[in-house]
Amino acid sequence: MHMILNSPWIIPALPLLSFIIVGLFIRPLSPKIAAVVATLSVGCSFLLSLTLAWLFFTGPNPSQLSIPWSFEWLRFQPGLNIQMGFLLDPISAMMLVVVTSVSFLVHLYSMGYMHDDPGYGRFFTYLNLFTFSMLGLVISPNIFQMYVFWELVGVSSFLLIGFYYEKPSAVAASKKAFIVTRFADLGFLVGILLLGFLGYQVQQKLGSSDSLIAGLQSLDFQFLTHPTVLSELSNTGFLAIALVLIYIGAAGKSAMFPLHIWLPDAMEGPTPVSALIHAATMVVAGVYLVARMFPAFSTAPSALEVVSWIGLFTSAFAAIIACTQDDIKRVLAFSTLSQLGYMMFSLGVANLEHPLGYTASMFHLFTHAFFKALLFLGAGAVIHAVHTNDVWDMGGLRKKMPITHATFLIAVLAIAGVWPLAGFFSKDEILTAALEGGHYVHFIGGLAVAGLTAFYMARIYFLTFWGKGRTKATDHAHEAPFVMLLPLLILSVLSISAGWIPFAQYIHPLVQSAQEHSGHHGLNWTVVLSGSSMAAIGLLMSWFLYAQNDFNRVNNWISNFQGLYQVIKKKFYFDEIYLFITHKIIFRLIAGPIAWFDRHAVDGSVNLTGDAVQKSSSIITLIQTGQLQTYGVWFVLGTAVTLIFFWMTLL
Amino acid sequence: MGILSLLIFIPFFTAMGVVFAPSPKSVRWVSLIGTGIHLILTFFVTIEYFNLASADSQLAIQQLSTKLYMVEKFDWFKSFGIQYYLGVDGISMSMVVLTSIIIFTGVLASWNVENRSKEFFALLLVLVTGVFGVFLSFDLFLFFMFYEVAVLPMYLLIGIWGTGPKEYSAMKLTLMLMVGSALLLVGILALFHASGLHTFDLIQLANVKFPKDFQNWVFPTIFIGFGILGALYPFHTWSPDGHASAPTAVSMLHAGVLMKLGGYGALRIAVYLLPEGAKEWGLFFMGLTTINILYGSLGAIKQKDLKYFTAYSSVSHCGMVLFGVATLNLMGFKGAVLQMFSHGIMTGLFFGLIGMVYGRTHTRIIPEMGGLVKVMPWLGVAFYIGGLASLGLPSLSGFVAESQIFMGGFFGNQWHSVTAMRVLTVLSTMSIVVTAVYVLRGLGTVFLGPIQDKHHEELTDATFTEKLTTGILIFTMFVVGIYPRVLVDMIEPAIYPILNRLNM
Repeated sequence: MHMILNSPWIIPALPLLSFIIVGLFIRPLSPKIAAVVATLSVGCSFLLSLTLAWLFFTGPNPSQLSIPWSFEWLRFQPGLNIQMGFLLDPISAMMLVVVTSVSFLVHLYSMGYMHDDPGYGRFFTYLNLFTFSMLGLVISPNIFQMYVFWELVGVSSFLLIGFYYEKPSAVAASKKAFIVTRFADLGFLVGILLLGFLGYQVQQKLGSSDSLIAGLQSLDFQFLTHPTVLSELSNTGFLAIALVLIYIGAAGKSAMFPLHIWLPDAMEGPTPVSALIHAATMVVAGVYLVARMFPAFSTAPSALEVVSWIGLFTSAFAAIIACTQDDIKRVLAFSTLSQLGYMMFSLGVANLEHPLGYTASMFHLFTHAFFKALLFLGAGAVIHAVHTNDVWDMGGLRKKMPITHATFLIAVLAIAGVWPLAGFFSKDEILTAALEGGHYVHFIGGLAVAGLTAFYMARIYFLTFWGKGRTKATDHAHEAPFVMLLPLLILSVLSISAGWIPFAQYIHPLVQSAQEHSGHHGLNWTVVLSGSSMAAIGLLMSWFLYAQNDFNRVNNWISNFQGLYQVIKKKFYFDEIYLFITHKIIFRLIAGPIAWFDRHAVDGSVNLTGDAVQKSSSIITLIQTGQLQTYGVWFVLGTAVTLIFFWMTLL
Repeated sequence: MGILSLLIFIPFFTAMGVVFAPSPKSVRWVSLIGTGIHLILTFFVTIEYFNLASADSQLAIQQLSTKLYMVEKFDWFKSFGIQYYLGVDGISMSMVVLTSIIIFTGVLASWNVENRSKEFFALLLVLVTGVFGVFLSFDLFLFFMFYEVAVLPMYLLIGIWGTGPKEYSAMKLTLMLMVGSALLLVGILALFHASGLHTFDLIQLANVKFPKDFQNWVFPTIFIGFGILGALYPFHTWSPDGHASAPTAVSMLHAGVLMKLGGYGALRIAVYLLPEGAKEWGLFFMGLTTINILYGSLGAIKQKDLKYFTAYSSVSHCGMVLFGVATLNLMGFKGAVLQMFSHGIMTGLFFGLIGMVYGRTHTRIIPEMGGLVKVMPWLGVAFYIGGLASLGLPSLSGFVAESQIFMGGFFGNQWHSVTAMRVLTVLSTMSIVVTAVYVLRGLGTVFLGPIQDKHHEELTDATFTEKLTTGILIFTMFVVGIYPRVLVDMIEPAIYPILNRLNM
């Protein structure tokens, strides 16, 4: 069993191996076997991750960072080489469990959900690729490896969003997701360049005196979060800029405002994909990156400010939009945005002296993975049954799909933050961190978002499951097959219980300065009461407006604020603004003229040169008369000139 | 005959074999077997090279002059100081591997050439003889001779077997490259005379300290001479027309290998022999190549023809090669060579695939196609892999190269304003977004969505030959992308002498 501690690379290697074998050999033969092999490989990774996490957290040093395995991958120059490897610390151990567990459940669920799809085998191949890439990202011991896998999860996400490649909207959404995140990755890349350069100088400076630093490369996380290095880095004055650049990458992946526009469209992908990639795992990569670099962010408070304010704004912004959307998956997507904002601002209100926000953020990441995956998979079961995404076309599914209903309800209560479900504890901890850190705006904003969250989640819950069926589609609805229900049941157990894990004992920033942290954090009753009452208000409001069969109250309300409502429903027109910038400005005003300029001006001058040569040669051919006499005259003249020239020079 | 001479002349002998081959069918097989033998031989030479070079890889760091292996050297025209001087170092080795792969797959991709196939394959093989000669010669005269052998057959290959306005394109390409050659000849002769050594021996010339003002005018002459072939802005316009008119294998070879002669020469001759000139002009050329990188990728967005699309993409990527060379540091040089290799394979794949798609749809116009991945999944996936390599996806070769180049540009050097270099580097990094835009837009239109043209529904996927062609290229991209040390370990020791001369 301890072999996993020595060779942890097996965990990401299994899905990779399965991806290659299934993709090249098994899939063309039998999609069924392909699905089974893919699922089993991730299942094995899950068991191994669980073992690893257990051994790690119960082991002698549960709060130490180690790199049990690495190899030299790419040499830039000495001091800046890239060692690919496996980094084991509390948050990577936690993420391994989150990624493999959700991925495994999603694989299982997809065996039912994607059953009749012609791309059945292909779907599992992509899922394997994603799982491998995500695991590679989580275990990165240096920021460069993280970038490598960052791009790979991006491309897996691209493939899965565009899974239905004949559907133009899916193709467009996949392109949008890739390009928007690519744009953000530009920031990440420049951040890495800057950090690499600054780090390299510090490495050269300190390497001779500090033996620990001498052994590290300047893009290693261990190096970049080392207190001595950080104080040197902040002396350069560029640390905050580098971190903000890196944060731009994180904001792209985690869909922070204003780079959020790709995530709602990403719902074009099959629902299990939305659950796995666009709710539980890939989109939290940004949060994870900030958490990884947390000691550095903590050294540069201005960068941390950016993180916290953008996080808070996104959280509120998305929650407001979520209240007006009718597509069940889009509501969940905006909800994801909002919760990601929560995690981000929680990181933003923490620092190394008061790391509660850090712990809370990771805690929320952990619990959110389960209840949000549950919500998506539940929504998937509903969509599978009624073949529509619009909540107004549903209704009354409570009796027809009792298990789905029960699990969905658990998830709604969990995300709303109702005691004793998982979301209550993690949200409570975030709000406590904001309040105790003196970030009152964040605290109040967070409370408001909590209320809104309860409201819009209950809204889709009531519209989907309560009342009477509003269209024919609901008549034939039936409960999902067992292979889909099993993941729902497991996830609902996790959504109930995940909050009871004593998170703060295990997960806190690792600081080399051996600072002791208070283990358990008691409940702050101000937060508990205000948070719970906000949730209750949200739920009740929603019940009042949407639980009855008569929607006049809502419609009256909306018609009073028609203009504002439309603006919100159109997501504040951000898609339109971006379209205008890319198509009208970049394509038409930059790319078009360049293409024209190249053909007409640059190449035109080449042709002009050619023409000029031809013209002048045709003038010169006039001399070539073919008459011997003329040539004779030229010959004599030429000789004379030459002779005179030589004579002159000799003189 | 030494092993390197064999590497150069196997294609030539194959060309002779082609000339005497009895039937069009045997022409193809002779070419394939000849290039196949060459590929295998290259593989063994590479292993042998690693055996020889690994012994002194530690010494390389301090080395002042390029250490050559498997040297063949004897006087040719003694009175002019011209030698037959062949040798191989890491940079040459990687380029030979690239060329060998490209010509083998190029022959495979020309399997369907019917018109005058004998002349076609013979010229193709003569051309590639010149390319190998350039990469392995360390005598400037020999180098130049092979260089011309490589450039000239292109005129006939495009003019006869091309499509569209082929005479115009062939003429333009040849003339522009001839201007480059002329500049080069001036530069080489100047070096010969200024050294006073009465030799064209590159290694000996590298030990000469040329006067600074001499270097200041010879460096740009030679750099631009090579730059024209390497698609340096604003001398790149032969490339879109030339590639669009050229037949598949010629495009593959031209963009894949021939354009690399530019980057190779710029590094090996311009920077290595004229370090002071390089320090004077480095920033200027960095600026020019930044234009290349951004302008090429922005230009590609609006292209409608797949070949123009790829040609502009090449302008952008080849710009990165010269950008790397102009950074004048370890990472930039390493990245430039990696990028030459990576771009060679990638663009070979692109042009090969365009030929295959065109052979089926009879159009290269992007908006006229759509949804093709449904009927030709292999070609679609291969195209996407090429596209992802082009936008620098990690695990494919392009990323390894570009990350080195960007890192090199950002780290700067001691002779130029580091701030200016950083600004240029950051501008260049923007191409990763623009590239993503045009690659995904272009390929998305061609392969995804519903099928546009009803006639396209009956099209077939890749044949075995085509799968082999694309498979080899894709495999190579993955090998370099996943385990870059195969190339980095080869290239790095050869970079140090160039670098050490700069730092002297």
